[in-house]
Amino acid sequence: MFENKNFWVYIETKEDGSAKNGGLELLGQAREMVDQVDEEVIALIIGNNVDKAVEQVKKYGATSAIAVTGDVYSEYNTDVYANAVVENVKEYQPNVILISATSLGRDLGPRVAGRLATGLTADCTSLGFEVDKKEVQWTRPAFGGNLMATIICADHRPQMGTVRPGVFERKEYEISPNFEVITKDIDFPQEKILSRIVEVIVDEDADNVDLEGAEIIVSGGRGLGKPENFKLIEELAEVLGGTVGSSRAAVDAGWISHAHQVGQTGKTVGPKLYIACGISGQIQHLAGMSGSDVIIAINKDENAPIFTVADYGIVGDLFTVVPKLTERIKKKKNL
Amino acid sequence: MNILVCVKQVPDTTEIRIDPVKKTLIRDGVPSILNTFDAFALEQALQLKDKNPANVKIVVASMGPKQAETMLRDCLAVGANSAYLITDRKFGGSDTYATSYILSKAMKKIEEEEGSFDMIFCGKQAIDGDTAQVGPELAEHLGLHQITYAINITLNEDNTTALITREVDEGKIVVEARIPVLVTFTKTDDLRFASIMNKMKSKKAEIKEINYEDLEGIDDTKIGLKGSPTRVVKSFTPDVKTDGIIIREDDPNEAFEKFAEELEKAKLY
Repeated sequence: MFENKNFWVYIETKEDGSAKNGGLELLGQAREMVDQVDEEVIALIIGNNVDKAVEQVKKYGATSAIAVTGDVYSEYNTDVYANAVVENVKEYQPNVILISATSLGRDLGPRVAGRLATGLTADCTSLGFEVDKKEVQWTRPAFGGNLMATIICADHRPQMGTVRPGVFERKEYEISPNFEVITKDIDFPQEKILSRIVEVIVDEDADNVDLEGAEIIVSGGRGLGKPENFKLIEELAEVLGGTVGSSRAAVDAGWISHAHQVGQTGKTVGPKLYIACGISGQIQHLAGMSGSDVIIAINKDENAPIFTVADYGIVGDLFTVVPKLTERIKKKKNL
Repeated sequence: MNILVCVKQVPDTTEIRIDPVKKTLIRDGVPSILNTFDAFALEQALQLKDKNPANVKIVVASMGPKQAETMLRDCLAVGANSAYLITDRKFGGSDTYATSYILSKAMKKIEEEEGSFDMIFCGKQAIDGDTAQVGPELAEHLGLHQITYAINITLNEDNTTALITREVDEGKIVVEARIPVLVTFTKTDDLRFASIMNKMKSKKAEIKEINYEDLEGIDDTKIGLKGSPTRVVKSFTPDVKTDGIIIREDDPNEAFEKFAEELEKAKLY
């Protein structure tokens, strides 16, 4: 039996010091597991400006927080951040570390796991918990979403996993009466920093497109034929008050930015309504959207796999169906 | 400039189907290919070689079964200088931690032959496992720093630093990284094809093999199934829906009316 206790959630922050959703979602999920063994959920926040994030983690289920701050953390560097995580792990010996599977999380996670010589499960989409052993069952897709695998880390601690953003919902909790913030000042010698950011080219859409939080998503795929035809998708999304998504094919073709991509290499979404227009439904796409409450598929190929996950579907030409549907909804809503 | 490119042979996951009755993967007839992202990593190395053919050497290495030789030959055919297959029954069942540990030991061995490496390139992830962990864990075992999700790399004049463009959630980030460095690549440029001549030549080329016995001082507790911190306890295929209402009508107007009626009945808008 291991001495290790508590669940840690790594909290990634944005430019303004607030927490990204992925980490906040994991706090709630960690809380559900931890409450069964009467341990703590500790938010680990690293950055040079963490006050906003501390306030947020308090609200979303953390029972305490560790904040590592200092100028050296003003930009993300794998070695600098990994060192900060590892130093804290060595001191406090957590049982579990959850990290949101963002590009940063998937850069940092394996570096930390490698140094701690422990197991890391990538990009999980559901988590189980065996109370007796305090062991997490990590479930994740493999083979491009064709197969799900449940993985354990039986003989090493901490147990680590990255979890896809958007698979759990953020939950508000009563603020824990014993909530405290342990502030750590962990230095990293400048001469050991081997890479520097020289330019950041922000994808404007990345901040503005919130697929994970959307209640309605209208997505377009290869069937649109050309970039201008995304207008049809935008119009339908607009009358529904929804967000525009896309398949990988449309992103790869350069018709729309990556920020809109739903699927294995894009976002995982769980809206109340998902409308797939001209998307064949490769398993990689299905992996990112099959958790939607209701799925509508519009496709001219009746054998398209998208129909295997659809609650409602029409075999027909999207160029006829989509504008008609937009009109119909407009009329109904008196727009 | 000595570059090691780590490659993996994978089933083409876009060709995999699920048996709807048995709910298992149909792997028969699924072609084995060079992992897509590794192909991009190799392409980036080849572009560096194009710019400076006399001074860039590319070595490819793969851990896997004997069949992976075919893929290594393909790498030689497009321009890699030499190829190594790291293969042993003892390596079977390794998770990302054990795999990267074995690769780190094998790399030291390869360096005895090829000289030390300035850069190590990997694909960001393999399309069968999709973990994206072997690259960073290999960097950790080697004590190198890592740059992940790269789409482009250029070297400065004296080959001491590289400018690398990364593609991350927020957009693109350009970093200046000191060499030596391990870089993992995501989708970059189009790939090149081998000429018939080079293909023929690669068929006869030597693929050097590295086995367990070649790796001096390797720690048995860190390799194979037993040396893997993670273990798969269950695998299953995702559920498919069978009760969807799908409208199929010859007349498009009729079809649409029925479709809209269903959506309205369900109060979807």
